[in-house]
Amino acid sequence: MATISLENVTKRYPDGTEAVRGLNLDIADGEFIVFVGPSGCGKSTALNMIAGLEDISAGELRIDGKVVNQLSPKDRDIAMVFQTYALYPHMTVRQNMSFPLRISHMPQEEIDRRVAEAAELLELNEQLDRKPANLSGGQRQRVAMGRAIVRNPHAFLMDEPLSNLDAKLRGQMRTSIARLQKRLMVTTVYVTHDQTEAMTLGDRIMVLRLGQMQQVGTPQELYEYPANLFVAGFIGSPSMNFMPGQIAGSMLKWPLGDVWLPAETMHRLGQEKAPRDVIVGIRPEEFEDASLVDSAKRERGAIVNVKAEVLESMGSDVFAYFPVPKPQGAQLAELERVTEEVGSGDAPGASSTFVARLDPATRAREGTPFDLWFDTHKLHLFDASTGKVLGR
Amino acid sequence: MTAVAAPAVAAAATTAGPAMPARRKTGWAVANLITVAWTLFPIWWLVALSFKDPATLTDGSFWPIKWSWTNYSGIFHTSAFIRPLINSIGIGLITTAISVLLATMAAYAIARLNFPGKGLLIGMSLLIAMFPQISLVNPMFNIERQIGLFNTWPGLIIPYLAFSLPLAIYTLSAFFREIPWDLEKAAKVDGASQRQIFTDVIAPLAIPGIATTAILVFMFCWNEFLFAISLTSTNAARTAPAAMGFFTGVSQFTFPIGSIAAAAAIITIPIVIFVMIFQRRIVAGLTSGAVKG
Repeated sequence: MATISLENVTKRYPDGTEAVRGLNLDIADGEFIVFVGPSGCGKSTALNMIAGLEDISAGELRIDGKVVNQLSPKDRDIAMVFQTYALYPHMTVRQNMSFPLRISHMPQEEIDRRVAEAAELLELNEQLDRKPANLSGGQRQRVAMGRAIVRNPHAFLMDEPLSNLDAKLRGQMRTSIARLQKRLMVTTVYVTHDQTEAMTLGDRIMVLRLGQMQQVGTPQELYEYPANLFVAGFIGSPSMNFMPGQIAGSMLKWPLGDVWLPAETMHRLGQEKAPRDVIVGIRPEEFEDASLVDSAKRERGAIVNVKAEVLESMGSDVFAYFPVPKPQGAQLAELERVTEEVGSGDAPGASSTFVARLDPATRAREGTPFDLWFDTHKLHLFDASTGKVLGR
Repeated sequence: MTAVAAPAVAAAATTAGPAMPARRKTGWAVANLITVAWTLFPIWWLVALSFKDPATLTDGSFWPIKWSWTNYSGIFHTSAFIRPLINSIGIGLITTAISVLLATMAAYAIARLNFPGKGLLIGMSLLIAMFPQISLVNPMFNIERQIGLFNTWPGLIIPYLAFSLPLAIYTLSAFFREIPWDLEKAAKVDGASQRQIFTDVIAPLAIPGIATTAILVFMFCWNEFLFAISLTSTNAARTAPAAMGFFTGVSQFTFPIGSIAAAAAIITIPIVIFVMIFQRRIVAGLTSGAVKG
């Protein structure tokens, strides 16, 4: 168990491209931290640098206060779980799990004890003498976990360990990884591109974009106070709705009508000398069918009349998809870049599709206009040119 | 009515289904039989010839009328065949061992490392393998006589290595490339040294490739004739295929066809054994289960 700290850690390739730029992060002892971002954001490179599988071009990496930049992986005492599991196919499960211990010449009784313990923990007792080829995907994943656990390492590094499993198994393994980590209290760095995994597993999450850290925080912080457009678009499912708007006085003018901004928002905006052009973000869950909103709550928001193109009933929620026309001549460059990177799929065009998450009691019908209420206190405002959040 | 008719139609449909594949199956069986017969016929001819009594050798039948071991006992009676056979086995095994050992290490480096001139190196080594041997025989003959390698085991082992190594490296590096890179990373993180990674993880997985390469190299050495006949002068280093050319008949005027047939049958046996041993090791998909679910 150990702390891991990154100071200005950078990965530069010989051709000059930078996969990771100036990463600063302190990971506490026993913490579960998730690196998340779309493919190519440098999260795996960052993990490989912590593991020692990639050289660190600049900056310092410390494990338990000791600089380990020049140490080879075997001297860092970390265990890694790979996306492909990377089980040794010619060894049985027992041999796979004991491999790191045998390499370090541990006494046989100790090896047997640890393997038995890990097998017990992961429910692999029955499979110990099988080869990986005869195991199911979930079992292979657990063997990979077992190989990491037996070492009692300083830290676990996990590189998308669940992406090769089917959806149902992934959900089960996600909870068992969380439980295991809580029980063993080993510092864990977990890499994923899946924001759901990140939100459910991480004590803290680091969001990466193009090799640069965007924000670090608890899942709730990232969800409620995204630092920029990218984090806002990446975290949350379905993703946040975005639309350009303009601030005039304490009024927000945007395609969902002119809205009075709450006093506290205006207060914070005033301190920042906010620009007139903004990108407004609103999460699907901040909408509600106006007929289901009581008058006290109505006060806090605004109402707009929309026509849902598609209604998806999920049982517990109803998702309403409705088009919102984009204003002419708005600054969209940063927004379009972000939506493309995040893959939230809002196609460039004259209008965007908004998603609203409604109570299943809604009587809204496809193609029929209805009144939609939204919480103006929960609007996120971003600088249209830089994407930075305003008023936070 | 309809209730009765419906199953009948269904039955007709199901019997019509397999009827076509059955015909195709017979077609394939016939084609296979012809191919097997075509390829095995010369071998049978050879074996039949080797078992014929010297008196009936030239009777022109494909079946020995009178079975006899005379030809076999004949060739094992003198050292004219035994010694070359030992040479063949020795030279073949030594070449195979050295070639596979060097090629495994070289192929691993080629598959895993990026170093300047890698492509050139592979290209050059393949070029050597493609070189027509006949053009090298004369210079080799002179060189080997000068440095005292002529008519010795190393005199054959060295040129055999030169020709088999490039091919071995090429074949093996293809196998190494198939081994998931992640396994090596995993071993590295598990605390293995570079040597342990190679001996404990990579080499065991490359065994099918190593076996295949070993068979190829051994067969090359075993069957090689040109160097064997040009770079040797006595049975001290002459290999079996070359020695067969020096068999003599009972008299000056008899052609030793029976002895040659028996010797040829015998030198086929090790190849068959060799392939059978290693074939079992060439299990397709040995690496299955290493990665993915």
